This record gives sequence, C-alpha cells and structure tokens, in this order.
Amino acid sequence: MGETLHFHYDVDGGNFTSAGDASVHVKRKLRQLGFPPETIKRVSIAMYEGEINMVIHAGGGTADVFVSPESVKIVLADKGPGIEDISLAMKEGYSTAPENVRSLGFGAGMGLPNMKRYTDSMDIESELGVGTTITMTVNL
Amino acid sequence: MKVGEFAAKASFSAVSMPDPDREINGVYAGDLLSWVMGNAKEDNLWITIMTNSNVIAVASLVDVSAIILAEGVELDEKTALLAKEKGINVLSSEKSVYELCLTAGSLL
Repeated sequence: MGETLHFHYDVDGGNFTSAGDASVHVKRKLRQLGFPPETIKRVSIAMYEGEINMVIHAGGGTADVFVSPESVKIVLADKGPGIEDISLAMKEGYSTAPENVRSLGFGAGMGLPNMKRYTDSMDIESELGVGTTITMTVNL
Repeated sequence: MKVGEFAAKASFSAVSMPDPDREINGVYAGDLLSWVMGNAKEDNLWITIMTNSNVIAVASLVDVSAIILAEGVELDEKTALLAKEKGINVLSSEKSVYELCLTAGSLL
C-alpha cells in the first residue's frame, strides 16, 4: 500500500443506533490492510467518540479518514453550534450532554479526553454558530 | 479460560455466543461507555447493566471477550441479533455487578 486511501462517511444526526457504523467500518478496513491491533483500537475508539459527539451535539456531520502506511488521519466536520470553551470541553468529566443521552451511557464528559488520549495529535477548530472540525492523527 | 467454559462453570445463560473459544484475560465493570472505551482492555469480560445497541458497538471496538449483563437486565431482540451479527458474546445473570465480580474473580 503505497498511496493514501480515503474513506468518506455521512454521520446521521440524532441516530444513536447507527452511530458507530463508520468507526466499525474503518476498523474492519484497517484489519484487512493488516494494521496492528493497538493502532486499530486507537483509531476506531477515537473516531467513535467523535461520531457520538456529532450525533449528540451537532445533528450529525461528516467523517473523512485518510489511511497511509505512516499514519491514519481522521477529519470530523459538523455544522453544529460550536464549542464555547474548548479547554473546558477537554476537561475530564465536563459535559453539556442532555439527560436522555446520559441514560444511554454517554455524556460522561470523557469523549474529547478519550479522543486526545488515543491519538498522537488532535486539533479542534470551532466557531460558535458555524460548526466544529476536529482533525486527529494516529501515527504508526 | 475460554468464554464457553466460563459460562458453563458460572451457570450464566448465553444471550449470544458466536465465539465460545474467546480467551478471557481479565474483567472490567462499568456502565459509562466512554469510561469503558478508555479503560477496558481487549479480551476482558465486561460487566454492565446497559442494554442499548451502543453497548454492542463499544464491545466490538474494545474487542472484549464477552459482555455479562448483570441484575437480570435483558437485550431486546434486535440488539441480541446485532450481537450475534457482530460476533459479540453476551451472557446474562441475575447477580449484581459486585457478585459477578466475585464470581469472575474466583473462577478466572
């Protein structure tokens, strides 16, 4: 595999049942490509957390995954309300998720921290009322 | 110990057992899915009372050896089917999370 592979997904807003489909698909693809299990786990969990965030907060969005022999880059983009205070949002345990989401087992305030924990770099661009784009990279 | 052998010894019923030969290497108990994704390890048994379909996605992403549903909670038919499709072992028990941890601790 010499070139970069690109996978594009539309993440359906408000659908907690299909949330995760894109991450599970990426996981399967990386497995087929022979990536190490630990890399696959890091990529798929970081992406799943991101997908769930877009479903909870932004009414969905898009996920683009770029796979090369050196790294896996995940770009999650939404047109949601934006993040008011990124450093607060990055704090473990801080959450603005509504109660109905918490009853599903989400909204523990661990999503963004997990995304950071499982990736080598994470960049958040967010503008209130415009949307949020998160770019994460896992190096091999 | 393998999941099939563990289920038999502990007399847990199998909601879904597509892969009884999965090895168990430890136990994680928890219901907040991001905590589970952040802390559970591959091949762990995962003890929980959550039953929505996201539990199956999380089990698949973390690659746990089996989910054990505590306190007699049940998966609906659709989620049980999803577990089988995704190759996720799901056991169930009337025991509490604490009792299940003790059982797992004594058998593993």
